[in-house]
Amino acid sequence: MKGELEKNIVKRIKVNLDKCIGCRACELACSVFHANPKYSSVNPAMSRIQVVIDPLNDEYVPIRACDYSKAGCDGRRVYTINGKEYSECSFCGTVCPTRDLFKEPDSGLPLKCDMCEDDPPQKEPLCVQVCQVGALVYEEEEEEVEEEVRPDEMEIGLKSLIDKYGLEKLADTFARMSQKV
Amino acid sequence: MRYAETGYNLEIDLSRGNIERVETDPSLTDLHLGGQGANAKILWDRVPPEVEPSSPNNLLVFSAGLLCGTPVPGVTRTSVNTFSPQTNFFSHSTMGGFFAPELKHAGYDRIVIRGKAPSLVYLWINNDKVEIRDATHLRGKGVTETAALIREELKEPKAQVAAIGLAGENRVYTSSIGHGWSSAARGPGPVMGDKRLKAIAVRGTKDINIARPAELFEMCLRLAKEIYENPNVGDVMAVNEDDSFHHDNFAWGNARVRRKGYWTKELEERWRKLKYDHMDRQTGCYNCPKKCITVISYPGRKRFGYKCYAKDTYHMAAFQELDFSYEILGIAQEYGLDSYSTPQVIAFALELYEAGILTDQDLPGMPSDVRGRFYYLMEKIVHREGIGDVLANGVYWAARQIGKGAEAYDHNTTKKLEQIPIKLGRLNPLYFLMTATGEKMATTQIEGSFPQDPLPTREEREEFVRNWEAVPNDKLKQIFLEWEKRHEMAVEASCLICDWNEMMHYVDDAIGMCGFLSSFSGQHAGRPAYHINNLPYIISLATGMDLDKDGLWEIATRNRNLVRAINVRRGLRRKDERPPEDHWRVRDHEFEQKLLDAYYEFKGWTNDGIPTKKTLDKLGLNYVSEDFLRRGILTGNEGAPSKQTSSEKGDELKSRGC
Ligand code: SF4
Ligand code: SF4
Repeated sequence: MKGELEKNIVKRIKVNLDKCIGCRACELACSVFHANPKYSSVNPAMSRIQVVIDPLNDEYVPIRACDYSKAGCDGRRVYTINGKEYSECSFCGTVCPTRDLFKEPDSGLPLKCDMCEDDPPQKEPLCVQVCQVGALVYEEEEEEVEEEVRPDEMEIGLKSLIDKYGLEKLADTFARMSQKV
Repeated sequence: MRYAETGYNLEIDLSRGNIERVETDPSLTDLHLGGQGANAKILWDRVPPEVEPSSPNNLLVFSAGLLCGTPVPGVTRTSVNTFSPQTNFFSHSTMGGFFAPELKHAGYDRIVIRGKAPSLVYLWINNDKVEIRDATHLRGKGVTETAALIREELKEPKAQVAAIGLAGENRVYTSSIGHGWSSAARGPGPVMGDKRLKAIAVRGTKDINIARPAELFEMCLRLAKEIYENPNVGDVMAVNEDDSFHHDNFAWGNARVRRKGYWTKELEERWRKLKYDHMDRQTGCYNCPKKCITVISYPGRKRFGYKCYAKDTYHMAAFQELDFSYEILGIAQEYGLDSYSTPQVIAFALELYEAGILTDQDLPGMPSDVRGRFYYLMEKIVHREGIGDVLANGVYWAARQIGKGAEAYDHNTTKKLEQIPIKLGRLNPLYFLMTATGEKMATTQIEGSFPQDPLPTREEREEFVRNWEAVPNDKLKQIFLEWEKRHEMAVEASCLICDWNEMMHYVDDAIGMCGFLSSFSGQHAGRPAYHINNLPYIISLATGMDLDKDGLWEIATRNRNLVRAINVRRGLRRKDERPPEDHWRVRDHEFEQKLLDAYYEFKGWTNDGIPTKKTLDKLGLNYVSEDFLRRGILTGNEGAPSKQTSSEKGDELKSRGC
């Protein structure tokens, strides 16, 4: 999937763990913005940002959903920061089979952060807009990157279904269902 | 479609192990909203007055407020209602945190629990899958420890847990239900223990629907920012290190000694350092930009979080400094002890010891230093061991069980419940009414909308009133404009203010709103984030109800009268509406009774504090008035105010300040 060099706006969300108060307003806002139709319902379990919280360990880590992977990591690091232990998973946005994070609760389909694409564009992603304490800060930067063809949301969903059920079964089901329509 | 609410209750019978999902009647939402309002209706309908709090037929109801789980910032309250073994009355209790929205996402507005489990169990609610599970391995475990163990065993790190500690298991009356760093006190703790329900864990991943979602969401974006920037809402004590207010004005020990001038700059610096040296962060509740909870790691203790005045109660009861509170809170909270009442019970016991009413025989092996004694008594209470079995029933009952003059040391309870330890000089008519008649039996749960203090000049007052968005009507504006001295408040004005203050709490408790953003937070600068003028529209956007200010006020009034009716049916009368005798040094009993007369009349209650048939019927509570007539609580002749002549009343409305 190699492409040409092109100018690209890199969108960055800086996360300050020390500032996070664990309110999960970011989760709520993301789910509302991505509801279908837009704003129609609330469901943090559908959010593409999730705050990993362990109050007893004073751990508050907002992570955003990245790519889908059909396998979990086989080795995991544990980091100690300021005397507090964090699993590597606490910082990882990959949608993987080892946990329920970033999967639609009913279908199990993966969710992915799209930086709140909107028309007209939002001034900032919604999670950043609602994070009053400034734990999430949005930045844009121009960067030269090699163009890459990104799979769209349907493609990611289909891929995860293939991984789960196998291509053949999926194709069968697809064929069966299209006959019914 | 139901908006903001799910339309389902979860009915749990612990005796039979039965679980049912029951659709609710939408018209009840129109009448009572949700939260405590809906709970009151359930308790009226289903718990007859002869049911003892310890009976399996007593219900324990956890209800999310109507707006919990919507995008409205700061609606975080779960109302937990039951009949309290300490007071035998309706137990008003709420907790913040994350429980209520999770319950809604699981598909339920409330959990109604009856019966008693044969052995210790916990409830696991995972969307449609609900189980009663064995909890014998969690016996004696601490509140946060239990939550962590349950999350681990269910492999559900996002489950929200409400649990009791050892104190609740042993039915200690001053125990509370803990959820994260939040808790529900004043009654439900011992009832949960009595039902042998160690915890409730909830995980919900369903949608909550909103009637006019885009408008509401846009409004909430703005509200969240305003709340974050408003210094008058949220727990001001979390950010203000000057705590001279409590230390100089509240009473130390067994609500006994005021230490004017205790607070110094040197002390403030030292305590500030102690706090920040041990503070990990400040946090709060679901979808709220405030950080009311201070999280502390103290050497040798589990991490714990506290809110508000809870950081003062232990060291003030023990005449110690802040480090003592930090030292003991980590343990007391794990036991699930309420930090308002428990320190008072301990200080009361130590006073009895000083007075020779309790002796070394009652307190074998008690250490000689005060800190050691606090730990000693706390252990006895939590285990209900020896004298602890008596003290675990709270000051009122313990005094009567101990006898030998101990009753005289019970000087800070109202309706059998420990009150905030305030002992003042001159009677304040408004506070008299609030303390006497508040059905939540705690001043903090009724005060808060009208400012605590007048402004010095007319110009300042005019300026204040001009920007006073929260005020319900011009009459209250006028009262503030003319108000000059704190303790001088005419009878009619006192009634109007008491009613407004109280109504806002009834609104909050029904919708799940946090008082720190609303009903409690107008008293310093008059600038709460939510008030009677903006809430009806917010509720309408979320629920689709057609609601205006008068409509919301009427619902709050209905809920308030229903709670009163529930208690009246269990025997509450005028004689019970007494603030502690020494709450004010200078009392005027005749005037106080006039205040009560006027307030009852204003509320549409009889001279004995019973809502009249007219009042009840006007609110659609005909089933209550019929019940009262059947039981002979009302005779049917109570139309007019019973005792006073109107000329007396006219005089009194004009004069009598303090
Ligand atoms: S909104 Fe900000 S403070 Fe709140 S949980 Fe998300 S990142 Fe943390
Ligand atoms: S940027 Fe948008 S999509 Fe991504 S996590 Fe934040 S709210 Fe969700």
